[in-house]
Amino acid sequence: MSAHAHADAHGHADHPPVANASSRVNASVLGMFLFIASEVMLFGSFFTAYFFVRVVNGYPWPAKFDPNLGHSFHLPVFVAGLNSAILLTSSATMHWALTSIKRGNRTGLKAGLVLTFLMGATFLGTQIAEYSRIGFAPHDNAFATIFFCLTGLHGAHVFVGLTLLGFATTRAFRGHFSAEHHHGVEIPGIYWHFVDVMWIVVYTTVYIL
Amino acid sequence: MPAARRPWNPFRSEAEAYRFLIVVAAYFAAIVVASVVGGRWAGLAVFIVLSAAGAAWLLVRDRPPAPEPQVPVRQTGAAGEKRILVVANETVAGRALHEAILQAIAAEPAEVLVVCPALNSPLRHWTSDEDAARERAQRRLDSSLARLSEAGIEARGEIGDGDPLQAMEDALRTFGASQIVISTHPEGRSNWLERGVVASARERFAVPITHVVVDLEAESAGAPVAERAGDRT
Repeated sequence: MSAHAHADAHGHADHPPVANASSRVNASVLGMFLFIASEVMLFGSFFTAYFFVRVVNGYPWPAKFDPNLGHSFHLPVFVAGLNSAILLTSSATMHWALTSIKRGNRTGLKAGLVLTFLMGATFLGTQIAEYSRIGFAPHDNAFATIFFCLTGLHGAHVFVGLTLLGFATTRAFRGHFSAEHHHGVEIPGIYWHFVDVMWIVVYTTVYIL
Repeated sequence: MPAARRPWNPFRSEAEAYRFLIVVAAYFAAIVVASVVGGRWAGLAVFIVLSAAGAAWLLVRDRPPAPEPQVPVRQTGAAGEKRILVVANETVAGRALHEAILQAIAAEPAEVLVVCPALNSPLRHWTSDEDAARERAQRRLDSSLARLSEAGIEARGEIGDGDPLQAMEDALRTFGASQIVISTHPEGRSNWLERGVVASARERFAVPITHVVVDLEAESAGAPVAERAGDRT
């Protein structure tokens, strides 16, 4: 046996040895986790405020008639319910669009994306219209502040989702995407479904319970 | 062999996100219906029951199948040549380990590959900050290879993944070992033993595995060093 040992030629004099990527955390995965964590903290901070206003301090929800302001606080539960149905339906059309392109059906993709975009825009337009007619303002009291913050934060996410859907729809009409390559639709789809999930939580806690 | 079930992840695809949306809608609908029909406490009860059921389902569904499949090992050495994969980190320069290697190669010609996993802190692992860990592992490996050379053992070395099981699997894909030697600190001081690395390796790899315990404190104090924890295939 020769008395000789050698290390692999890593050339580690000037830099560390070459990394073995077997179980390294993928940068995009880490980025997605950080994004989700920031979203959880963002919504979590507003829901914490909601919890303290409503549960810890026992503030009436919605707030009662305020003689100083001269108006009462009524939430448009029915209109928001219809809006919720529109948003949930838009998730179904989004799923239809993805299912269609996976089968090579470009017409289904385009129709699904257009319907999703239109329903999302309807949701956002209705929410803005309701803001203008709701009869109270964010600075009136804690209830009003939390209401506008939670629904407004969600509305901002819907706007981002609509922007992503706008890109995907434009690309679909330009002939992009195929049964094998549809990442540009898949990502907005995931985002859109999670916007809907958040709306279910917001609608249930703010409007119904 | 049945394919391992992937853990549930609603972020993986649009289809899984859509299923998640439907589950969330049903979950909140049940809570709302219970609250409207039975009042606040009924709603709370439904919330608790559904949350517990969901958590239990996730735990049961995502449990990995046991035992894990063994990794097929290619025998790439020359006919009759023993191929020994040594996996060690802080104990890689231990005398007990070197004696165990000498003993393993005494009877027949052997090729030895020493893999030194680049152990890292969880935070540094998640931020892919591996450079310092790999530098430290490289220094330990160089020192160990130099000592093996002095003892007349022909060996080569590699820095492995921070997860020792992953490091073994990586090495086995290019080095068809006929025996694995895993070196650890003694029981109570060994993180690998606490995590069951040796037992997991025996379940996972179809290769005879020798566990060598290296007590660096005893070695530095001049106590007898050889301590074999057991050979098992």
